[in-house]
Amino acid sequence: MPGSAGPMGERIPPLSRPDASTSGQIKRFTADQRWTHRAVAFLVIVLIITAICLYVPMVSAAVGQRQLFRQLHILAGFALPVPILVSLLFAPSRRDYSRLNRMSSTDWRWLRGPNRPAIPAEKFNGGQKLYSAVSLGWILVMFATGLMLAYNTFFADQWRAGASFVHDWLALAVVVLVAGHMYKAWEDPEARRGLRTGWVSHAWAQRHHATWAQRHQHDLSPNQSDPQMRQTSDAKNADTE
Amino acid sequence: MDPEGDTGAPVGRRIVLGMLALGALGVAVGRQASTVVANSIGAIPGVSSVLPGAGGFQIYSVVSGQPQWHPDTYRLSVSGRVGKPLSLSLPELATLPQTHMTKDFQCVTGWRVRDVPWSGVLLSDLLTKAQADRTAAAVHFSSFDGVYTESLTMSQAHRSDMLIATHMYGQPIPQEHGAPVRLVAAAMYGYKSIKWLSGITVASTVIPGYWEDDGYDVDAWVGRSNGRTDPPVV
Repeated sequence: MPGSAGPMGERIPPLSRPDASTSGQIKRFTADQRWTHRAVAFLVIVLIITAICLYVPMVSAAVGQRQLFRQLHILAGFALPVPILVSLLFAPSRRDYSRLNRMSSTDWRWLRGPNRPAIPAEKFNGGQKLYSAVSLGWILVMFATGLMLAYNTFFADQWRAGASFVHDWLALAVVVLVAGHMYKAWEDPEARRGLRTGWVSHAWAQRHHATWAQRHQHDLSPNQSDPQMRQTSDAKNADTE
Repeated sequence: MDPEGDTGAPVGRRIVLGMLALGALGVAVGRQASTVVANSIGAIPGVSSVLPGAGGFQIYSVVSGQPQWHPDTYRLSVSGRVGKPLSLSLPELATLPQTHMTKDFQCVTGWRVRDVPWSGVLLSDLLTKAQADRTAAAVHFSSFDGVYTESLTMSQAHRSDMLIATHMYGQPIPQEHGAPVRLVAAAMYGYKSIKWLSGITVASTVIPGYWEDDGYDVDAWVGRSNGRTDPPVV
């Protein structure tokens, strides 16, 4: 992978960051963001598996143990908002939520295509922004309807049946959405590395999030910068020395 | 705040609020909508066995896996306060007078399967054959899953719609629906219709069954118990 050594193979000590292993790399996610993602991913997977055991007739017939799976499902459901709420205590998360919230004309252009690779994206592209919004939307709706089903004795039958309708059918959409999300991640190992280690190569960022990559030129050692970027990059690095 | 170059409308917030509004609308009209959806999607063959909410049965079992049985060794026992205890094999059950009935199946969790054709032996016929003590107050049922139990009062047990079912949709009852023998108490919520039935005991008092220990109503009339208002099954 280009990004850990210079073009000639020799390594020039990075100026702004002494850790050689991260030269040519851009910090994409902080530790708190990575743990938020891990916690949410784990809980969503537990929710989907327990849901399948409860509600897909063929599977629920084979596994039984409804009470156990019901308890697990409710437990994971209650836990799901916790990592999201905790992440609000951390500035990097709040900053990224703010980024995800706003769709620019470039983001819409990126979504519509054609020729996506040529349209520069910010830290998040239009698709990622929509996905995150839809995800928060379903988490809130599933949480609310799930609450109505878990404490069904407090709700009139009309509401309970309505909550059941929304919860059941939205669940199918969620499975499709999460499967699509995992497929996109499976396609892009470096995006996964970004979530695992927090770092991505400048080359990857340049390809997928060009605007964001250019803004982070100053994070790089000079040997990683594009020639035309050298000047601004060096100027910024000089400040930090 | 406008971090870096992310300008433009707050679309994310609009999506989240829009989904919350749609979710609330869905809860408000979901009861009526679910009937429409179940009738349209449930009409596609096979769909109701894969998708929840498509008008089919949802399969509940309180133990892991499927209770095991063998057609040669299966026996349905009728015992307790009876003059003549019975232990009936499947062929013996088949020689008794057969009753057919088509009834909705209503679950206490809300789903309802329309017009399920059942056949088997009337519970009252079995009790008569076993010379059950009519002064006994209750009939207990037990499942060979080893866990599930149910009971009826003697007068409930003598209703003409209490069926010891062996067939469903013209076929032997499938494993997940309680093969080879189950109670069908159609006028009551589904939890009364004990699956994988192996024991009927005439007794002096009603003992709350598996779910009734968790607070479900013992007299589980559809539409008149458990705080529900479903249309009664007739």
